[in-house]
Parts: sequence; structure tokens; C-alpha cells
Amino acid sequence: MRFLLLFFVFLSACSSYKIKGPAGFIQIKGSDTLVNVVQYLAEEFMKKNPYIFVAVTGGGSGVGIASLINKTTDIADASRRMKKKEIEMAKKRGVNPYEIVVGYDGIAVIVNKNNPVDKLTIKQLHDIYTGKITNWKELGGEDLKIVALSREVSSGTHLYFKEHVVELGKKTKDEFASSVLMFSSNQAIVEEVTSNEQAIGYIGMGYLNERVKAVALARKENSPYVYPTTEEVLAKKYPLSRPLYMYTNGAPKGIIKKFIDFVLSKEGQMIFKRIGFVPRIIDKNVEAKNN
Amino acid sequence: MSKLKTIKEKTIEFLIHISGFLIILFVILIFLFLLKDSLSFFKEYPFFKFLIGKKWLPISDNPQFGLLPLLLGSLYVTFFALIICVPLGVASAMFIAEVAPSSLRGILKSLVEILASIPSVVLGFIGIVALGPWIKKIFHLSTGLCGFTGSLLLAFMALPTIISISEDAINSVPKSVKEAAFGLGATRWQTLWRIILPHASSGIIAAIMLGIGRVIGETMVVMMVTGNSPVMVHSIFEPLRTMTATIASEMGETVRGGLHYFALFSVGLILFIITFIINFLADLFLHKK
Repeated sequence: MRFLLLFFVFLSACSSYKIKGPAGFIQIKGSDTLVNVVQYLAEEFMKKNPYIFVAVTGGGSGVGIASLINKTTDIADASRRMKKKEIEMAKKRGVNPYEIVVGYDGIAVIVNKNNPVDKLTIKQLHDIYTGKITNWKELGGEDLKIVALSREVSSGTHLYFKEHVVELGKKTKDEFASSVLMFSSNQAIVEEVTSNEQAIGYIGMGYLNERVKAVALARKENSPYVYPTTEEVLAKKYPLSRPLYMYTNGAPKGIIKKFIDFVLSKEGQMIFKRIGFVPRIIDKNVEAKNN
Repeated sequence: MSKLKTIKEKTIEFLIHISGFLIILFVILIFLFLLKDSLSFFKEYPFFKFLIGKKWLPISDNPQFGLLPLLLGSLYVTFFALIICVPLGVASAMFIAEVAPSSLRGILKSLVEILASIPSVVLGFIGIVALGPWIKKIFHLSTGLCGFTGSLLLAFMALPTIISISEDAINSVPKSVKEAAFGLGATRWQTLWRIILPHASSGIIAAIMLGIGRVIGETMVVMMVTGNSPVMVHSIFEPLRTMTATIASEMGETVRGGLHYFALFSVGLILFIITFIINFLADLFLHKK
């Protein structure tokens, strides 16, 4: 804080402009899971640094990573790791992706509040999304057709779900059934599940609210059923949990570093918690660190 | 004085010519651009496999780019939108041009224009929150986000185009023809149905063609309300995925120069060719005399 103050004083002393503090423009693109929390972070950050403007857009992790490679964004939010192919492609274009874990997330599987089904195994979820189970009756629910909802292919959540549920951790080569509905945002999935008793969808934990019901998940038939809560994700008991990332081109510098430091600060991490995500364990390190 | 006038006129004529040629140039450039990127796609992915492939799995380890589900999705939605909007549009045009009293005519015409100015994202939103759940209830569907919801909204969007162009066509039927019909003792309905409509048919067909062009190219509405499942469509009451929605929702995540990126351009090329043919046919009918 004192450093910040000194920095302000230094800048105001040496610049002939009336700008008090660092100035500039940061473009952030990517994960739709992260877009709300990053927007919140950006607003808080801009309150402290009135001359730095931070623009946040969603679209999906794929969009963020593609933009980083195409050099049209400063920071890419991602709810998945960059693929080897993407890193190679980036290096070919002179972009050097630098990975920062900013928090953790559980992927919540949601159903309508009137749906009696409240627990599923990963295998059952797999069968729903690959089209092997098509009626709620088979899962102990009513005799209704299942309407499975998914995120679009540009979503990191889609890729995570594909890898861990549809492909059962790369054990099978199954694909999403073509009858699965594709949505371009988490919010749209929440809307459809709220109004449709037959629907099932998956979203980032931060989007859970009282209008939909989260289902407890179990890794195997005889393992315990776990709800997506902060504690269970931190303890790695919830089967669908994952880190959330930000990527920059090379180690962050200047105002970008300032923003990343804010994200990883105690205050920034509390925002993750408030929105419904799981913060990194913050007492260990606050600095940006490459894993 | 007169010399100055000729210079002025020549310049203006020249500028108008340039504008005309520029437009043509732009269309050709867009086409070449699409063609170039599509060709780089077909170098790596066989054209035939693209055209008749039944699976659209762009991000798999073994990606498949089958156009068929997307093409069918677009055609289905367009076809049903037309079934709804063509009778409605032509009938409204007939009403506005021939039946309505002149005081009502003005109001109707401006209302049709207002209809044209509703942004598609607003219609899509209405589709999600109101029309979709309603259709789900009426037809006992498993979800309201299906092709039919899309068709209804698209019909709504194509109506203004069809109404205003058909109305122009009906208005341009010579008065003498109409009077001759009345003179021979035809009723108003007989005149309208047997004399005026056939006379205006080429204009009406052109209106329908332009309506098709509008519907098949529409993106936002179909992306929001059709559910976007890349299935081989069997029924309009199922979720489906159109070519336009695919391009819009996947373009953002592709890396420039990747196979997926080029695949989307190929979809764009097919769409361009379809709309080009439709507009060309519309033009043919519009100038048929």
C-alpha cells in the first residue's frame, strides 16, 4: 500500500499531466465462467486506479485463448488449461503464454427444482450426455424425456465436461449425443433449467442460485455423493472441480501485473469467494507464480 | 455556363459509375476471400466428406466437419418460416393495396415499417422468455427451444420485406386492367384473385425470394431460440442448428489459420452461394415483364 502511495506521488510529481497514478488500457477476454467475477474485480480495480481502464468480455475460454494467440487481448481468462497444440501455435506467432491459477471452481450439474432426482454418478451423467439414458424414469424420476443442455464448443467448461464426463477421463472416445442442446452462456442454461422440468445442465459454481437445484455427484456407484460447495472443492472431494486460469503473453508487466497482483491479493480472492467460486489458498503466496 | 454544366454532369455521372463498380468489386472480393479460405480447408478435408458428412464435431481429437445437419437445419427453419409468412404476407399486401380504406392504409404501412425495425436480438429474447415456454406448453414438447420457435420468429422478420414488395407489385398493376374486370361484371374478390394476383405474380415471387434471403441469413434469432443441437433434423419441433448460428458461435474461439477456422469459412461460402442464387432468381423474376 505504501509502495502504491509512493508510486502515486512519484507519478504526480514527474508528470505534467493531471493523471494521478498509472494509466492505460487492459483488455481481458475469455471464459464465460469467469466473466462475472473478473468484471467485479475490474470494477474494484478501476475504483483504486481511476486511470486504468479494464475491458472485460466473455465468449468462452477458447475465445480468450484464440485472442491471446491472435494478439487481440492482454489477458485471457480460461476455465481450462491451454492445449499443447494451442501453446505451439502461440509460440509460432511469437506469443509466450504465461499461466496463472487465479482460483478454483466446481462444475455444478443442475436440474429443475421440481425434479425429484437429486444425485447422480459420473457414469449416469455420462450416459445422459451420450444419449444412452433418455428418460428421467431410468434415474428414479418421472416418466419424462431428458433434455440435456451443454455449453458451446468455445467453452472451457464444455471441454472439461467432455474430457471428464463424456470421455470418462479419456477412457472412451464417446462424443456428446447430437441431440444435446448447445448454449452460448452459463446464464442461458440457468434460464432454461429454471423454466423446463425435463432439463439438465452444467454450469460453473459461481452461477448457482436458488432458482435451480444442484445435484450431488459421486465418482463411482459406491463412493459418497458430494454437493458442489467451497469446502468440498477445496478438499478435492467433488468429482468435477478444476482450477481457473489467466494467461498473459510472457510474465505480466506494468499495469497488467498490477491487475494480476490485485486478483491474487486477499481482497481479490475474497471477491472470488463472494461470487461463489473457490479462492486459492491465499496464506501461502500472493504473488503471481507460474506453475 | 453550359460548358460548366456539362463538366458538372460528367463528373457526377462518373462518380455514380464508380460507386456502381465498387459495389460489384466488393461482392467479388468477398467471394474470392471466402473461396480462398475454403480452398485451404478442402486441401486438408475432402470436399465430399464436408458436403455429405452427418456429424459436426469441430473440437474432437478426430474432428469431423459434416455440413449436412447444419444445411438441413437452415433449410428446415427457412421452409417452415416461409409456410407461415408467405400466405400472411401476400394476404396483408393484398389487403393494404386493394381492400383497406385509404386512412387505414397509411397506418398499416407505417406499422409494417416499424415491424422491420425491431432488432433481431430483441425478438430472440422474446423467443426465449415468452414464445419458447408457450410453444413447449401448447405442443407438449420437451423443450421450447426448437426449430418451430425459430421459424415463427423468422416469419415475423421476413413479413415486412414480403409485404412491402408485394404491395408495390400489386399497386403497379395498371388501373385499366382492374376496371376492365369490373366492367365485365367480376366481383371484387374475383378481380383480386384472378386478375390482379396473376398480373403481379412476378413481383410477388421476387418478394418471396428476398424474404427467403432474409430468413436463411438471419443469425441472432436462430442462435438464441433453436437450441443449436447439430442433429440430422427429423421434425421441426426438435432443436436444430443452422449454418449461421454455427459460424457466429464458433468463430470467436478459432485460431486464425486453423482447420476449424477454415471450416467455418467453407460454411460461409455455401451460405453465400445459396443467398446469391436466391437473390439472383429474385432479380430475374422482378425484371420479368
